[in-house]
Amino acid sequence: MTAQTLAQKLIARAAGRSHVAVGEILTCRVDLAMFHDSSGPRRLKPMLEELKAEIWDKSKVVLVMDHYVPEQDDEARKIVRIARDWAREQSLPHVYDSQGICHVVLPQKGHVRPGMFCVGGDSHSPTGGAFGAYMFGIGSTEMLGVCVTGEIWLRVPQTIQMHWQGELQKGVMAKDMMLQMIGRFGMNGGQYQAVEFTGETVRALSMQERMTLCNMSAELGAQTGLVAPDATTQTWLQRAGVAAEDISHWHSDADADAIRHDFDATALTPQVAAPHSPANTKSVSAYLGTKLQVAYIGACTGAKLEDLRAAASVLKGKKIASGTRLMVAPASMLDQEAAQREGVMQILQQAGAEVFATACGACAGYGGSVPEGSTVISSTARNFKGRMGAATAQVYLASPYTVAASALRGCITDPREVLV
Amino acid sequence: MSDAQQHRIWHLGADIDTDVLAPGHAMKHGLDVLAQHCLESVLPQFATQVQPGDVIVAGPNFGIGSSREQAAQVLVHLGIAAVIAPSYSGLFFRNAFNVGLLLLTCPSSQRFQDQTTVKLNIAQQQLQLSDGSSFPCEPIPDFLLQMVQAGGLLARLKKLRALPSLV
Repeated sequence: MTAQTLAQKLIARAAGRSHVAVGEILTCRVDLAMFHDSSGPRRLKPMLEELKAEIWDKSKVVLVMDHYVPEQDDEARKIVRIARDWAREQSLPHVYDSQGICHVVLPQKGHVRPGMFCVGGDSHSPTGGAFGAYMFGIGSTEMLGVCVTGEIWLRVPQTIQMHWQGELQKGVMAKDMMLQMIGRFGMNGGQYQAVEFTGETVRALSMQERMTLCNMSAELGAQTGLVAPDATTQTWLQRAGVAAEDISHWHSDADADAIRHDFDATALTPQVAAPHSPANTKSVSAYLGTKLQVAYIGACTGAKLEDLRAAASVLKGKKIASGTRLMVAPASMLDQEAAQREGVMQILQQAGAEVFATACGACAGYGGSVPEGSTVISSTARNFKGRMGAATAQVYLASPYTVAASALRGCITDPREVLV
Repeated sequence: MSDAQQHRIWHLGADIDTDVLAPGHAMKHGLDVLAQHCLESVLPQFATQVQPGDVIVAGPNFGIGSSREQAAQVLVHLGIAAVIAPSYSGLFFRNAFNVGLLLLTCPSSQRFQDQTTVKLNIAQQQLQLSDGSSFPCEPIPDFLLQMVQAGGLLARLKKLRALPSLV
C-alpha cells in the first residue's frame, strides 16, 4: 500500500480515490463551504442570479457575520442587510450572526471534524486544519463554483512537516512558534503546499493553540495547515457535541514522502514581527523598549479564551502604563462568556482594557482602526502597511503574553520578565 | 490582445500584498471606488495614471495576504493586461484566473524596466522586450488559460450551464 501523508489521505477521500500522487490535478467533493458577510452573500447573490443557479446542498453551507458587524456606517449596514436578507430567502440552516469570528465559531458549532474536506471564503480558513480536516481559503468566484457544483479542483500538494520537539517555556505560546516559522521561511515559504505540524510539542498543545498554528499557515503561504487528530481533538469535539468517530486513519504514514524541518521548542523565546510583515520576525529582545500607544488583543489568531487567559495572567492585579490603550476584542461570544465566568474579563478590565465586539474589528481595518502614526503591538496575524486601518501606523505582531506585558510597561516587553 | 501590442510596464517591488491592492478601509465600496485606492500606499499615482493594456511587473510573492479576489478584480477593472512576476501567492493565483486576470510567471522579470514596454506572446508563453530579448514564462495549464481568456470562472460556468450535455 502506498504510504500517504495526512493531506493526501484527506484529498483522496474527497476525490473518491484510494490514494493520490503529489502534483496530480483532480476534483474534490466539498463537505463544507463557509463564507462571511464580506466574502459571501453580497458577492454570491448576484452571481447565482446571473447563472440562475441554486446552492448545491444548503446543509453543507455555513454563513457567519463577523466582518461588518457591529455596523459602523451606511455601507456596512447595507452589506449586513444583504447578508441577512439572503440568508432568510435561501432558508440557510447554518447562520451565525454576530456570535464571533468565523474560524472560531465554525468548530465551536461542530461543523469541522476529522476527515472532512472544507473550503472557506477567508484566507484564515486553514484554522480548520487543527481538527484534522483539509480546509483552505478561496475567493468569492471560486466559492460560486463550489456553491453551484459542490466541487473544487486542486493540485495535490507536497507536505511540509514542521516537527517540534521539547517543551515550550513559560510565557511562550503557539503564536511564537508560528512567528519563528514565518520568520525563517517567509510569507511564501509554504509554497501553497500543505504544512503539517508534528512532534511532541504540537501533541502537547491544546486545540485553541493548534488553531493558532493552522490559522497562520496563511502567513506561511501554505494552502493549508494540518494537525493530525488525537485524544485531545476527540475530547474537545465531544464537549462541542460532536459524536466520537474513528480517527485512526487520519495521520501521515511514517514512511510517507514529506519534507521535514525540525525545531527545538525549549530554545524558543517570545517572538515579535516588526512592521510591515509577519516575516520580519526576531526575538523580543531585539525590540525591547520600543514605545507604543496601542496594544490590541483580537482576531481569530489571538483572542480566543486561552489568549485572553494568557493576557490576564500577565495583568492580574496590575494596571497598564498611562498613555497606552489596551483594546480587547474577544474572538467569539462563547470565549468571552467563558472568560467572564473565570474572572478573566474582569482582570483585563481592571487593568485598563477597553472591550470591543466579538468580531474581526480592527484586525483588517473593516470595523474600527488604530490611530494614524501610532505604534501598535497586536495579537493578530498581519501587520502589512495600512492593514489595521491607518496608513501610517507601525504594527508589531506578538503573542497575547507579549502584547499584555507590553501594555503593562508601555513599550515592547519580554513577558517572561513580568510573569509570576 | 494581439502579440504585436506594446504594453507599458509598471514595475513594483516584492511582496505586494492584498491590503495594498485592495485596502481594507475601501472594501465596503464597489469596485469603481475600490480601484481608486489600488496601490495607493506604494504608488499613489497608479490608479489615476494607469491605462488599459498596461502590465504590472513585480518581484516575488505577488498577491500575498487575504483571499479577497477584489485584489485581482481591481487590476482587471483598471485594464491591466497581465501581471508578470517570478512567484505569486497560490490563493491569489487562483483568484486572478477566476476573475479573468492573466498572471505570467517569469523568473527574469526583475530586469524589465519601469515605463518601458513589453510584448506578450500568450500562445508561446513568451515575453519580448523592446530590445528584442525574449523571456519564457512557466507554462499555464490549458484549462486555466482557456478560462482566463474567456473572462474567468463565471463566464465558464455560464457556458457550461448553457450546454447541459457538458455538465
